[in-house]
Amino acid sequence: MAFFLETLIGGLMAGMLYSLVALGFVLIFKASGVFNFAQGAMVLFAALAMARFAEWIPKWTGIENMLVANLAAFIIAGAIMFVCAWVIERLVLRHLVNQEGATLLMATLGITYFMEGLGQTLFGSDIYKIDVGMPKEPVFLFESMFEGGVLVNKEDVIAAAIAAALVVLLSLFFQKTGTGRALRAVADDHQAAQSIGIPLNRIWVIVWCVAGVVALVAGMIWGSKLGVQFSLTTVALRALPVVILGGLTSVPGAIIGGLIIGVGEKLSEVYLGPFVGGGIEIWFAYVLALVFLLFRPQGLFGEKIIDRV
Amino acid sequence: MFYRENGQFKTSYRADQQIFPIAQDRIVILAFLAVAFVLVPMLASDYFYRAILIPLVIMSMAALGVNILVGYCGQISLGSGAFMAVGAYGAFNFFVRFPGMPLIPALVLGGLCATFFGILFGLPSLRVKGLYLAVATLAAQFFSDWMFLRIKWFTNNSDSGSVSVNNLQVLGLPIESAMSKYLFCLGLLVVVALLAKNLVRGAIGREWMAIRDMDVAASVIGIRPMYAKLSAFAVSSFIVGMAGALWAFVHLGSWEPAAFSVEVSFRLLFMVIIGGLGSIMGAFFGAAFIVVLPIFLNQFLPALFGLFGMEISTAGLSHAELMIFGALIVWFLIVEPHGLAKLWSTAKQKLRVWPFPH
Repeated sequence: MAFFLETLIGGLMAGMLYSLVALGFVLIFKASGVFNFAQGAMVLFAALAMARFAEWIPKWTGIENMLVANLAAFIIAGAIMFVCAWVIERLVLRHLVNQEGATLLMATLGITYFMEGLGQTLFGSDIYKIDVGMPKEPVFLFESMFEGGVLVNKEDVIAAAIAAALVVLLSLFFQKTGTGRALRAVADDHQAAQSIGIPLNRIWVIVWCVAGVVALVAGMIWGSKLGVQFSLTTVALRALPVVILGGLTSVPGAIIGGLIIGVGEKLSEVYLGPFVGGGIEIWFAYVLALVFLLFRPQGLFGEKIIDRV
Repeated sequence: MFYRENGQFKTSYRADQQIFPIAQDRIVILAFLAVAFVLVPMLASDYFYRAILIPLVIMSMAALGVNILVGYCGQISLGSGAFMAVGAYGAFNFFVRFPGMPLIPALVLGGLCATFFGILFGLPSLRVKGLYLAVATLAAQFFSDWMFLRIKWFTNNSDSGSVSVNNLQVLGLPIESAMSKYLFCLGLLVVVALLAKNLVRGAIGREWMAIRDMDVAASVIGIRPMYAKLSAFAVSSFIVGMAGALWAFVHLGSWEPAAFSVEVSFRLLFMVIIGGLGSIMGAFFGAAFIVVLPIFLNQFLPALFGLFGMEISTAGLSHAELMIFGALIVWFLIVEPHGLAKLWSTAKQKLRVWPFPH
């Protein structure tokens, strides 16, 4: 029982991290109808920027305080993501308005290649550390209930808390602010939004910026867990089933989908894996999402797809 | 002026319905075939065969298959790499487990394995559409990556899933030299291209296109979506599987599951979109672009940097290649979203009206 709970909690924590990446997908898809494959590259790019600046700032300025260095690095990396968003909107999206979904998808794949190359050219291609002072040691919970208690990684708990806070913040931003309302209007209907005077281009820059910041947070957390390296880009592929499970257009869907996928992955790996040779985590998530899709083609919380001739 | 159909009168239905009804087209195609079959083998060097021509021919075939699914039937697929892998390992199993199995039947059987796999993973397309389907087909990709790595039976109990074949021969002729490999692949490509061209202009091809353009409307006028979509998946994955088997048997010789990773799926989709969705010609253009570009960059970039007196490291080179590759793709999508095939048809139109463009 304790082991089951441990796996379950581990799955939930991993799920929160997946949903953090999935959130980036959903934000951009909602507002611009672009399925952004570059989210993984953005995570890598942001994490690389943050890791390197946190390393460089003490060297350049002589300030040894880790908190200051990390904060400054975070702000600089955020600014870089802002510039990226602006450049992408200016050079790519603006020219691809009204193209088919597949073309836009391929364009973001092109952006992926570009950002992977650029990030590693600018910041180097070794494995770097992000150390934001998260505690690494595990803790035991419920020791009174089970023998030996349940082993939980403190780092995971903090990461999950950050992810949850970010989701609440974004939901508030979407529901309560004027910009958020404009974003939702654009998501509903580009043309109608434009006709009532919402500046489409600025909205897109804002959305890509927000997605960039989400990528930065995701990169920071994943990076401090796994180290900042090229394989971070595969995080995006892990998060894709989350997005389609939850629905491409739903922020809560990304969260719930993330939790379901996280738990499903861990439980299947532990209880099903040994029978079929292990390593089933990756495709299991996809197959799980696929099965859900067969019953609800728009994902769990996606808007209903209505076809008209 | 040069490319003109007036004056070419058809006196029978047969003449009217032939694949290339315009005489100039027939001449160009024949010239192309002559160049590919006769002139190229006379000139090409061994490196040229191995690095460019053989990959180009095989990838053209794969792109042709993907184009049937994505371009003609409108079902975006990111699982093409998996279909290639299933074709390759399927053909391998038939080739190894049945002693004396000739090469071509093994390739076809490999293609049939891929067909089965494709239909299985095409089933979601009956419920799921567009981008959701694209992600759903990734399931096929990751499943096949895992399957050939972990289930030892498929790889004849080799450890890391890496297998190899040798002593390839067709009708008693050995396929050893680069030239014989090239000609063998080219011959198969011509057969497959002819098959695909005829399929897409027949009834089934029109059903695919109707489904692509608007599936609800198509089912209203009596096209069965299930039949049309699954047949597109079947035909496409058969061709892609054959190409995968060729890639493994003829081009690589020995391979492992990583040879058919998700990266291959992406590249195939690039070929189709850059070449032009819904065009047989486009598959060839797209394959040429994606196969030749990295090789060209690899040769060209060090020379360019050398011009400015700069040395570039291997890692830097590969990053620069990635950047230029990505940027070129984006640029291309912006300049010509309908692909290279569109440029081709524009050129034809220009030739038709020259020298009086109005």
